[in-house]
Amino acid sequence: MQKLIKNLNFLWNKFRKNNEKFWAEIEEQFILNDISALTAEEIIRDVRNKSIGENINDAELLKNLLRNKIISILSENTNIMRSGDTPYIKESVKGRESASIWMIVGVNGVGKTSSIAKLARMFKSEGKKVLLTAADTFRAAAFEQIDHFAGLLDIPVVHHQRYSDPGAVVFDSIEKAAAGKFDIVLIDTAGRMHTAANLMEELKKIKRVIIKKTGSKPDEILMAVDSTTGQNSMSQTSAFHEALGLTGLILTKTDGTSRGGIVITIMNELGVPVKYITNGEKLENIEPFDPIIFTDRIIN
Amino acid sequence: MFELLTSKFEDLFYRIRNRGKLSPQDLDNALREIRLALLEADVNFKVVKEFLDSIRAKALGQNILESLTPGQQVVKIVNEEIIGLLGQSNSEINFSGRPPTVFLMAGLQGTGKTTATVKLANFIKNRYQRKVSVIAADIYRPAAVVQLSDMAKQHDIEVFFKPEADPVSIAAEGVDFLKKRGSDVIIIDTAGRLHIDREMMEEIKNIRKKVFPHQIYLVLDAMTGQEAVNIARKFNEDIEFDGIILTKLDSDARGGAALSVNHVTGKPVKFISTGEKIDEFEPFYADRIASRILGMGDVLTLIEKAEKVIDEKKARELEDKILKNQLNFVDFIDQIKSIRKMGSLDKILGMLPVKNKSKVFSGINIDDSQISRIEAIINSMTMQEKLKPYIINGSRKKRIAAGSGTSVNDVNKLLKQFSTAQQTLKQFSRSGKNFSLPFNFP
Repeated sequence: MQKLIKNLNFLWNKFRKNNEKFWAEIEEQFILNDISALTAEEIIRDVRNKSIGENINDAELLKNLLRNKIISILSENTNIMRSGDTPYIKESVKGRESASIWMIVGVNGVGKTSSIAKLARMFKSEGKKVLLTAADTFRAAAFEQIDHFAGLLDIPVVHHQRYSDPGAVVFDSIEKAAAGKFDIVLIDTAGRMHTAANLMEELKKIKRVIIKKTGSKPDEILMAVDSTTGQNSMSQTSAFHEALGLTGLILTKTDGTSRGGIVITIMNELGVPVKYITNGEKLENIEPFDPIIFTDRIIN
Repeated sequence: MFELLTSKFEDLFYRIRNRGKLSPQDLDNALREIRLALLEADVNFKVVKEFLDSIRAKALGQNILESLTPGQQVVKIVNEEIIGLLGQSNSEINFSGRPPTVFLMAGLQGTGKTTATVKLANFIKNRYQRKVSVIAADIYRPAAVVQLSDMAKQHDIEVFFKPEADPVSIAAEGVDFLKKRGSDVIIIDTAGRLHIDREMMEEIKNIRKKVFPHQIYLVLDAMTGQEAVNIARKFNEDIEFDGIILTKLDSDARGGAALSVNHVTGKPVKFISTGEKIDEFEPFYADRIASRILGMGDVLTLIEKAEKVIDEKKARELEDKILKNQLNFVDFIDQIKSIRKMGSLDKILGMLPVKNKSKVFSGINIDDSQISRIEAIINSMTMQEKLKPYIINGSRKKRIAAGSGTSVNDVNKLLKQFSTAQQTLKQFSRSGKNFSLPFNFP
C-alpha cells in the first residue's frame, strides 16, 4: 500500500511536472511571438482552468483549446466574413452617392503609404474609382512616393505643397471626389509618434474636416501596425484609438519572421480588430485578415 | 524613452526601499516584477531569463537578505546588470588613417535608415568638422533617393546617386567619385531589407565586399519586438556590423530590443535617434540609460545638452538659483529660450529624475506652441514683476494681459505654472546638490 501511494505520487509529480513544462513552453512561445506577458498569462489561465474542468490532458487537445480561444479573441468586432476558405470584408466600400472616406494613420515607418497603394490597387481591381490624398505634407519625398504608386496604378492623387496644411488637402480631395463621382478616397497621413500631442491634434483636425465636409465620420480610420514592433504597438493603438476612434488595423510586413502576436493583446484589451494584412513588397500583397491562418502561425 | 520600464522599476524599488529588510519572498516578488517589466519592454524572453538568473545569483551571493539596506543592494545589482547587458559605451568615431572613412547603413524597412544616414552625416560634420557626403543606394523604395537628397541638401551634405545602376555599383562608384571630391567621410544609405530575404542580403554582402566600409551600422527601431535578436543575429552573420543605431526613442518606446540585441551579438549601441529634427541624434551611454531605467532620470544627458546651449557659467548660476529656490521670470525666459534650443519640453522633463513624472509635471504642461505666448506675457512685465512675481496683483495682471495681447486668464495660468515649476525644482534641490539621486544610493 505504502509503495502504491509512493508510486502514484511519483506518477502524479511526473505528470504535474510535464504539465508545468507544457504550459511554460506555451507561455514562452506566446511571448516570443510578442503577445504580452499579461495576455499570455490570461489566455493560459483560462484554457488551463477549462482543461481541468473538462479533464483534458492530451497535448493536442489542449493546443486546440488554445487555438479556439485565440481565434475567438481575434474574431470579435470584425466584419470579416468567409466564403468557403477565403475571408473577405463585408461592405468595405458602400455603394452610395458620396465616396467612402478612409484615413490611414500610424507611427513612422510602419508602411502606411505602401498599404495605401495596395488598398488602392485592390479597390481598382474591383472596379472602384479610387482617389488618393497626399496628406503627409511633412516627410521629405512623401508626395513623390505616393505619386509614384498613383502613376503605376493610373489613379489621381490630390496634393498641395510640402509643409502645407494637411486639413486643406483633405478638404480639396473630398470636393474633388464628390465632383468626380469617386467611390473611395484613401487619405495618406504623415507618420507621427503617438506621444506627440500636437501631431495627434493635427489628425483630429483632419477628422473634423471630414466630418464637417461630409456630415459623417470617416468610413474607416485604419492604423498601420508593423508586425516587427513589439509591445509598443499596444501603446500606439491605444493613443490613436483614444484620439480618433480607430475602426481597425492593417498589420504590415508579415512576410518577415515576426508574427505580430501583439494584435491578440490589442484585441483583448481594446477590441480594435485587424482588418487587413500586408505580406510583401508587391502591390498585390494585401489580404483581408484571417484569424484562423494567423492563429495557426502562432500556435504551431 | 524607456518610460514604462522606468516606471515599473520606480514603483518596484520604491516598495522595496521602504521596507527595512528583504525576505526571500521579497526577492522572488521583485524578480517576478522585473521579469514582467522587461518582457513588457520587449527584452527577449531568453535574455530576460539569463538576466534574472544572474540577478538572483548575485543577490544571493552577496548575502543580500541579511544586508542592512537590501533594497539598495538590489537596485545596485540590477543597475550594474543592465549596464552589463547594454555593453561598453563608446560612440567615438575612429577615422581611417587614409580618408575617406566609409560607413554602411543596414536594417529592415521603416527603421529610419535614411533619416539616420543624414543625421549621422550632420553629426560627424558638426562634431568633427569633416567633409561628409552620402550615397543613395536604395533604388527600390519609391522616392527614397529624393528623400535622402532633399534632406542632405538642406544641410549642405553632398549626395551621390546614379540612375539606372545597381546598388553595388552605385556604392562603389560613389565612393570613388566622392573620394576624388575630397570627402573625409562617406555614408552609404541602403534599402531596407528583411533578414530572411536571401537575394537582398546577398546584395548588401556584395556592397560590403566591394567598398570595404570601415564601420557598418545596423539601424534598429527601438520599438522592435522579440524578433530583434534574430534580426540582429542574421545581419551580424551576413555583414558583421560594428554597432547599432537605435531609432524612434522619442516615443514611449520601451527599447528593450537594445538590451537583447546587444546581449546576443555583443555589438554596442552607438547612437540613438530621438526625434524628427536633424539634431535629435546623440551618442549612446549605457550607464545613463540604465540609470534612467532605474528611475534616476537621465540627468547626465540633460546636463550635456544644456551645456551645448547655455554657457557653463550661466548654467552654474542657474543651478545655484534652483537650489536656493530663487528662480524668477528673468531666468525663466532665459531658460525658455535655451530650452527651445534643446528640444521639446516633454523630452527635457522626461530626462529628470522624478518619480511619477506625469503627476508632478501635470501642472506645467507647456505646449511648445504656447511658448511664444508665454514669452509675450513675460516681456510685458516690468523688471520688478519679473524679479518678484509675487507682487503681481489684479491690476498688474490686467496691464500685462493688455500689453501682451493675451487675457488675464492666460497670465494667471502662467503664474500658476511658474509656481508649480518652482516647487518641482525645489524637490530636486532637496535631494542635494548636482541633482543627486532621489534616494540614497549605496
